[in-house]
Amino acid sequence: MSNPALMPCADAALQPIRRAEGEPLFAEPWEAQALALAIALQQAGCFNAIEWADALGAAIKRAQAAGDPDDGSTYYHHVLAALEHLVQEKKIASAALLAARKEAWIDAYEHTPHGKPVELR
Amino acid sequence: MSQHKHTHAHGDDLAHHHDIHSELPPDPALRVKALESLLTEKGLVDPATIDAWIEIYESKIGPRNGAKVVAKAWVDPAYRRRLLSDGTKAIGELDFLGRQGQHIVAVENTPDIHNLVVCTLCSCYPLSVLGLPPAWYKSAPYRSRAVIDPRGVLKEFGLELPEHVKIRVWDSTAEVRYLVVPERPAGTEKLSEEQLAALVTRDSMIGVAKVKAP
Repeated sequence: MSNPALMPCADAALQPIRRAEGEPLFAEPWEAQALALAIALQQAGCFNAIEWADALGAAIKRAQAAGDPDDGSTYYHHVLAALEHLVQEKKIASAALLAARKEAWIDAYEHTPHGKPVELR
Repeated sequence: MSQHKHTHAHGDDLAHHHDIHSELPPDPALRVKALESLLTEKGLVDPATIDAWIEIYESKIGPRNGAKVVAKAWVDPAYRRRLLSDGTKAIGELDFLGRQGQHIVAVENTPDIHNLVVCTLCSCYPLSVLGLPPAWYKSAPYRSRAVIDPRGVLKEFGLELPEHVKIRVWDSTAEVRYLVVPERPAGTEKLSEEQLAALVTRDSMIGVAKVKAP
């Protein structure tokens, strides 16, 4: 994944195209969930496909500027960032609310004995 | 699957009792859980719908849908005409699962014209016929180089086109997605529609490969 040849540089975009045969669609379950949430919010009318593409494009540009290799391996990080951004922009949830909820999940994981279903307390 | 990154950067030192509590998922997974739980509470998403969507995209939709469209266009001249004049409608005839309302334009390769699809902004892709895009389609090198140097990109994919072949690059948007109808390979006259569909690859419908005869 972290090929030094693809590390951020002025022409990261001009690097060879990295391809892998038979790669899984999603490397981790959260990737599928993030994408599914983005689709569900569009279907719920929270934003449209154009707003989504713009937000995703902007998230990719922000990540590139911050040194992300943008070689496809970090794509779902961009999806998640775009989703968080749009949710805030559309006043569905504030950054503080998202952060507090994440902490609540961390707390739930740390106080749930191994093997038991993790639920918000 | 999960990497179990223990990022206890929030105050108390829990490093000593890792084993007794549930393993902490990686940061993005926690952020997704935060979003999903908040959005569910607000009634904006239904967890069952989310799971169903994932299942559909993981197992039911893939490039096979697109391959059926292409094979049908190869064997049925009337369907080919409908596909090229109104892709969305012609694909709709085949009644696939998936997202509705995506406009799909079918672009046909000929001995003189080769079509290549990209999304320079992000990753717009005809999901209903090709499933989810491969990682390289979403990568910066492909997104920029497909436009700057399509011939070089095709070469990298192992496809060298004769000089006289004109390459058309289609930049997808949220509103319009493209499906390449590759050329039917020579020597496949006796194959059935189903056998033909089996030859059509995802890459050939993005335009980075040709369909090879069996």
